[in-house]
Amino acid sequence: MSSVVLIALRRLRAPLIVLVAVFALGMVGLVLIPGTDSHGREWHLTLFQALYFMAYTASTIGFGELPREFGQAQRVWVTIVIFLSVVGWAYLVASLLGVLQDKALRGALVAGRFRRRVRALREPFYIICGFGETGLLVGRALDWLGSRFVVVELDELRTQELELLDLAQDAPAFAADARTPENLLAAGLGKRECRGVLALTNDDHANLAVAMSVRLLNPNVPVLCRAMSAETAANMASFGTDHIVNPFAKFGEYLALAIASPGAYRLTSWLTGLPGTRLRAEAAPPRGHWIVCGYGRFGREVVQAFRGQGVDVAIIDPNGAEVSGLRVVRGRGTEAEPLLAAGVDLASGIVAGTDDDINNLSIAVTARGLNARLFTIVRQNLQANRALFQAYGADVTMVSSEIIAHECLARLQTPALGSFLQLIPGKGDAWCDGLLERLSGALGDQTPEIWSVTVSASGAPALHRALTQEKSGVVLGDLLRDSSARERRNACLPLMLTRGGGSLAMPADDVPLRAGDEILFAGAAGARRNQWPILRNINVRDYVVAGIDLPGGLISMLAARKRRAP
Amino acid sequence: MNLEKVIFGFFIVLAATLNFGFVYGDIGDPQHHHVWEFFAAFVVNIVATVLKFGDRTQVGAIHLATSLVAVLQLAAAALVWTLAGQSASDLSASTLSSIVSLSAGALLANIVSVVILIVETTMQRR
Repeated sequence: MSSVVLIALRRLRAPLIVLVAVFALGMVGLVLIPGTDSHGREWHLTLFQALYFMAYTASTIGFGELPREFGQAQRVWVTIVIFLSVVGWAYLVASLLGVLQDKALRGALVAGRFRRRVRALREPFYIICGFGETGLLVGRALDWLGSRFVVVELDELRTQELELLDLAQDAPAFAADARTPENLLAAGLGKRECRGVLALTNDDHANLAVAMSVRLLNPNVPVLCRAMSAETAANMASFGTDHIVNPFAKFGEYLALAIASPGAYRLTSWLTGLPGTRLRAEAAPPRGHWIVCGYGRFGREVVQAFRGQGVDVAIIDPNGAEVSGLRVVRGRGTEAEPLLAAGVDLASGIVAGTDDDINNLSIAVTARGLNARLFTIVRQNLQANRALFQAYGADVTMVSSEIIAHECLARLQTPALGSFLQLIPGKGDAWCDGLLERLSGALGDQTPEIWSVTVSASGAPALHRALTQEKSGVVLGDLLRDSSARERRNACLPLMLTRGGGSLAMPADDVPLRAGDEILFAGAAGARRNQWPILRNINVRDYVVAGIDLPGGLISMLAARKRRAP
Repeated sequence: MNLEKVIFGFFIVLAATLNFGFVYGDIGDPQHHHVWEFFAAFVVNIVATVLKFGDRTQVGAIHLATSLVAVLQLAAAALVWTLAGQSASDLSASTLSSIVSLSAGALLANIVSVVILIVETTMQRR
């Protein structure tokens, strides 16, 4: 800030000196030139009176002629001085405007304001590096969930777009290179309130640099990285990046899960969905013969997923490089011949996975024209083409930015969700379908809010006290009651109970709680807020658990206790 | 030779010399302290201060500080003068002494400024 003032003052040196000179000249003339009073005697202004006159005349306030009427000679001088001082002021104002429009100075001002706003943040926040499509999705979702975030983005236009979004918060944004550690520190990396860093730029190397900076500058802060290539991912993993999201590899995993166990896939994608999305009746990709168009980073992951599930695959790729054990057709797949050569008439599904959106749509349309029963998986590269993909209506649309955003949110919100999701594939399809039915029956088909409760002195003090000091029993079902009317159920369900290393999926309502338990809940909007007082307020806890409606204050509480005692 | 350096040095030395000229003489004698010389010293000191704006070096900062001190001292003296009376002749000896002693303080700051200027110049081997 002080440097901004100094820069501005240096630019204003010349006009300030001109103004001082005009004042001095005017004052000298006013004092030297005499006036005559009503008795014909000469009088002179004092220096102070001259300064006073100059001050109000030069700034065009104009109180008139003080302390008494001027003579002709004085008026001639004043006329000259007025023009001089107006020019002086105009020069100063023009220079000031020029300084304010100066790019370097504005940059310094914006950076200073950003630093101040970040310094004033007193709530937990995340740093999002790169506010492209992915960053935008994550930022929106964080805002929906009530978390604060700070943005560092290279492109100034994108930081300005942030201000136009209808967010509940005023997120500080800084147009700067996240690769520079100083900019990360300016974004609050060193602050205690920093809960995590998300490196989501479209440049793998920049994400790597961010991960490295965070590791060295503030090792306690978790960092989530987007990595488009396997080499970068390996490099990031080598120095302990907490979570690396490769959207292609992730989609391959999902695809394998969807083929192996459609129910588990549906449950996983619903639980990790972006806030506000609805449960869809997603069709499972059928087994049989598949065609993969485009054998790049995405195509490789998809083919690997298919082969892992024992599905027969043919590849269509412009390079046509040999892949051991697979049929490879040279071509783009936008025309009929390569599709027919790859066996489209007998295929059960096609993956249009090139890095060109229009080609992908063209492949899907052509292929469906040849075989109407095809299951289509289409890769969408740009968010701008969303309307086209919606209009086409593929069975599955793969959007990198959405996959990354899902992953980031799932990891950031509740680490416990990750271990629950790992349990799912082992449970079997029927279990998943049953759970999905139960959840959507109780909570509606919107993606639920997921949170975890730790029965500890800090996580749930009222509950912890009941279990440790008052030795009264609390069962899990008590936490599912509505905190304002205990006979009603709150719209939430426990997903998992973790106790001493072991974990129990879908615990029953009558499981007694113990200190140190961690419970993962899924609930409809508002359910978490409803549950909150049961965990923290002793009176609410007593009401919900035992049905005792105690008055609040200390005196009435003592009286009530005494009455109950004998 | 650099015209900017000439102007810079000129105003700093002129501020000191005018200030000295005003202070020089018997402290309570109105004959020895003229209001015009005070005015000139004040204006030149302000110009010298403005010239020092914006130099971000350590020496530049001290330059600016000395000038600000001088201007503040002279402003205090001008205030005393304005509140006490109009011209130098009808001032009491004690008021004039306080005006002159405030200006003498400004003179000291101006001397420091000149010394810094000289030291800075001799340090440069050009």
